[in-house]
Amino acid sequence: MDLSYTVLILIIPLFVFLLLGLFFRRIKAPLSGYIGVAGLTVTSLISFFVAFEYFFKIGMVDGAYQKIVAFKFVWLHFTSTMSISIGVMLDPLSAVMLIVVPLVSWMVHIYSLGYMKGDRGFTRFYAFLSLFTFSMLGLVLASNLFEIYIFWELVGVSSYSLIGFYYEKPSAVLAAKKAFIVTRFADLGFLIGLLILSYYAKTFDFVNLTSLTFIHNLSGIGTTFIGLSVITWALILIFVGGAGKSAMFPLHIWLPDAMEGPTPVSALIHAATMVVAGVFLVARLFPLYYFIEGGIALDVVTVVGTFTILFAAIIAITQHDIKRVLAFSTISQIGYMMLALGISKYEGPEGLGYMAAMFHLFTHAMFKALLFLGAGSIIHSVHSNYMQDMGGLRKYMPITHITFLIAALAISGIPPFAGFFSKDAILAAAFEHHKVVWFTGWFVAGLTAFYMFRLYFRIFWWNDPKYEHTPHESPKSMTIPLMVLAFMAAFSGFIPFSHFVSPDYVPFSEHMEWGLAGASVGIGLVGIILAWILYKKENDLSTRFALAFGLFYKWAYHKFYIDELYMFVTKEIIFKHISAPFAWFDRHVVDGTMNGIGNSTVWISEKIKGLQSGRVQDYAMYFVSGATVISMILWFLIK
Amino acid sequence: MDILSLFVTVPILTVIVLMFAKGKKQYRVVALVGFIIQTLMSFNLIYQYLHVRALGDKSIMVFTKDLLWFAPMNIHYAIGVDGISVLMIVLTSVIVLAGIFISWDVDDLPKEFFISLIVLATGVFGFFISVDLFTLFLFYELAVIPMYLLIGIWGSGPREYASMKLTLMLMGASAVLLIGILGLYFHSAPNGGPHTFNIFEIAKLNLPVGVQRLFFPFIFVGFGTISALFPFHTWSPDGHSSAPTAVSMLHAGVLMKMGGYGIFRIAMYLMPQGTHFWTNFFLVLAITGVVYGAFAAIKQTDLKYINAYSSVSHLGLVLVGLLMINQIAWKGAMLQTLSHGFTTALLFALIGVVYGRTHTRIISKMSGLLVFIPVIGILFVLAGLANLGLPGFSGFVSEMNIFVGAFQHADTFHRIITILAASSIVITAVYILRVVGKIMMGPTMKEYANLPGITWYEKTGTYILMIFIVLIGTLPFWFGNILSDSIRPFIERL
Repeated sequence: MDLSYTVLILIIPLFVFLLLGLFFRRIKAPLSGYIGVAGLTVTSLISFFVAFEYFFKIGMVDGAYQKIVAFKFVWLHFTSTMSISIGVMLDPLSAVMLIVVPLVSWMVHIYSLGYMKGDRGFTRFYAFLSLFTFSMLGLVLASNLFEIYIFWELVGVSSYSLIGFYYEKPSAVLAAKKAFIVTRFADLGFLIGLLILSYYAKTFDFVNLTSLTFIHNLSGIGTTFIGLSVITWALILIFVGGAGKSAMFPLHIWLPDAMEGPTPVSALIHAATMVVAGVFLVARLFPLYYFIEGGIALDVVTVVGTFTILFAAIIAITQHDIKRVLAFSTISQIGYMMLALGISKYEGPEGLGYMAAMFHLFTHAMFKALLFLGAGSIIHSVHSNYMQDMGGLRKYMPITHITFLIAALAISGIPPFAGFFSKDAILAAAFEHHKVVWFTGWFVAGLTAFYMFRLYFRIFWWNDPKYEHTPHESPKSMTIPLMVLAFMAAFSGFIPFSHFVSPDYVPFSEHMEWGLAGASVGIGLVGIILAWILYKKENDLSTRFALAFGLFYKWAYHKFYIDELYMFVTKEIIFKHISAPFAWFDRHVVDGTMNGIGNSTVWISEKIKGLQSGRVQDYAMYFVSGATVISMILWFLIK
Repeated sequence: MDILSLFVTVPILTVIVLMFAKGKKQYRVVALVGFIIQTLMSFNLIYQYLHVRALGDKSIMVFTKDLLWFAPMNIHYAIGVDGISVLMIVLTSVIVLAGIFISWDVDDLPKEFFISLIVLATGVFGFFISVDLFTLFLFYELAVIPMYLLIGIWGSGPREYASMKLTLMLMGASAVLLIGILGLYFHSAPNGGPHTFNIFEIAKLNLPVGVQRLFFPFIFVGFGTISALFPFHTWSPDGHSSAPTAVSMLHAGVLMKMGGYGIFRIAMYLMPQGTHFWTNFFLVLAITGVVYGAFAAIKQTDLKYINAYSSVSHLGLVLVGLLMINQIAWKGAMLQTLSHGFTTALLFALIGVVYGRTHTRIISKMSGLLVFIPVIGILFVLAGLANLGLPGFSGFVSEMNIFVGAFQHADTFHRIITILAASSIVITAVYILRVVGKIMMGPTMKEYANLPGITWYEKTGTYILMIFIVLIGTLPFWFGNILSDSIRPFIERL
């Protein structure tokens, strides 16, 4: 069966981008939005069709899903085995992403028709959205590690242009720059890792890289560095790249600032799709992570993931900007996915963690995109990002209220909403693996419910502040995507994910651990009740609560001063003590030497030019004295 | 007239016609027509070249021709091209063409300006087609000397100082280079008979190891200076910042490329053992240039200085690629040569375009220009992204070839060099985004509210360069194939 039509999934958004990008001044406001939505509708339908075909018709051979390279084109040739090809690979991982990415992107495209209405950069916005969708789809469909890197950079630049969308605002420019540089620094790790890996593996193709016999050969490589195999180092470096994109501690600092971008962008890029690229990358290379040196690299993933969920959740509790709360929540939830990958094993039902990570990626994309779009709807109506300016909105914005509530219940892990199932699978896998990891995950589930309902009660209940204009519900173009995503957030938990995704591509059936599930629902409810007490009505309990934590609250409020630390390192150390001395050294030492040579030549010729006086008497005297000296020397020598 | 000699004859004819032309309008039309012909010829050359190769011509050089012109020293006008020189010729003609568009409005002595520019270009074309060392050197000097006049007369700022410094340093390097070339020449007849300057004659000899080790650094440093080898790069920031736009474009885009080409074609090809002996030493210098140039660029305040240091960094990568001595890294070095040529020429062109409007190149004095000059702004952002090696633009494929090639060496020394080289992509991002964020984005400034938009000739000049950057970036397999076939005979010698 010829599957090369799948490449249309990439070509259509690319074409839309080029069309809108090249003619951004000719194609006027509503039209460009319609072009973007139309392009994405077609892309989404093809993607859903391909995913459906894959899972139910062509993917399964002999009880296991296969990797199918649907399209391949050698783009850059290095050696006979190593080349970068632009290809489309179908496997359960990419098929799942073929549902997540186009669906969220489609909703965001429609939503933005309302949200961005009247914006000067409307066409530019849709052009970048298409560029992003193209790059993200390229990333998830990539058949080759280098191809992922290419699209990895492209999603980075789309993110840069969308964060800096309001480019006249200095804060947006700074945030965009920060996001790009921090992730590029992490990408350097990815690049070096992939180069080391490819040097030993002699290939970039996933079909080879993740085959078990191939990995077995790779584990035979004895080259070590500080006690670990070079392959392990390569995997850790690749994970650094993933951690940068997925905003894992300590490379998370760009994501909260990235909220400077328009809210639909935050929903699409910085919540649902691009930021999970790191999870996707580790999942993509999972057999390597798992089998090389007994999974040391995977332990790194677990530790980073576990720390990040706690760290980000604590900060999320203290923030007042609703988008920042959601940003830290995203960091924390991605931490869950990383952690789940880290603790997963490979075969059969033991691959629960892997399955759970992808499951949570799926459900999180739905409810987090919904939360952001809901926040966008609120911001659109209140014209502020700060929760101090909100309150009592349930009366004015009923659809936003209900959908937001569904999403909040989903993320808090309350059954039967989607987050309950995916989070429960993660915690069940963690319980098998390590109790500390499980406990952290369980505790943070409570924190999650608390910060989420803090947001919910503070925005939709509390007391009305003095609104200048009465808030109003958003237009249909914005509420319909909210309802679609709310449907997904409510019911996508019932998808039997383990029938589709597993590390060894063999479906298995999972069963509910009711005890564990009860425990996590319990702590979730505790979080919700606490939030209800503190935030349902206007009171000063929360302030007193914060004061009780004193210094710790202050630290958390300032995001533990990580940004300040980075600023210190870059501004004070790198710029002042590396860059400036280099520039000085160049102008004064290197160039000074060159000028010195020139100046001394001038100086010497200045001094000796008097000799060439033009007077015969002088020359006669030089001649006589020279002759005298020489004859004296000769006389001494001969004697 | 053979297909290659036309590349030096047409410019000379253009210069002759220019001498009889009258008025600014005529000068620029003549120069433009001359270089449109030249560019079309270079496209035709690619076509002819691929055609000959497709017919099965496996010789290293094609379209060869040999004329003795100075018998006492056995100096020949010997010419020939392979895939590398063909692409260099395309690079040169496209950049000169773009440069003519960008200098469409030159007011001071337009006739002399275009004449100097074209004489310079003639030297470059001659350099890329020669296979006789002496003739090659002659053309090389022909390209360097007009630079003195171009900066000294049409330059800005401390132009006398800059042009003097540039010329003296490059002349000094030429002297070193000449020593190297003469060294090769006098060892070219071990069994008596006439000495030869012909590269491929000398290559047949396998010079004694001692000779190779002695003369390799002469030729390397001689050519290295013009491609801004650390620490002989200091002519470049001053020279670029004082030079008029088209000259900066040509200089960074083309002239500096002669260095890498010469090192590859002469130093490495003729002295393989010398190469192996000196590789590590020069690798250290080259990598220093890469990192140092990038860090120095962060702290600059003048757009042209930033781009000049960026060139030091990017051309350092060319040298690193060359010194890695394998097929992939060499292909990368060649692609990087092309890529940097187009990208840096585009950046210099845009800096000139911006300067022509704001009358300043200091980044802190500009802000939010994207609002008032959107087309220029977008081009500037794109050129910046191309410079920092974004996929889709030429920089990415060339850098990746260099890194993948460099990673084929598994020893610690090469690993460190490679990782340092790769880290330059982060530092590049820092200085590029700083510039873009500062001058193109940010709050708008009132005094720039009425800046004129881009003119048709600026548009044409910059679009031509942009098209080539994107072509290399999206069709690397096509360029890569042309280069790979031509690199093979060279890599086999080392």
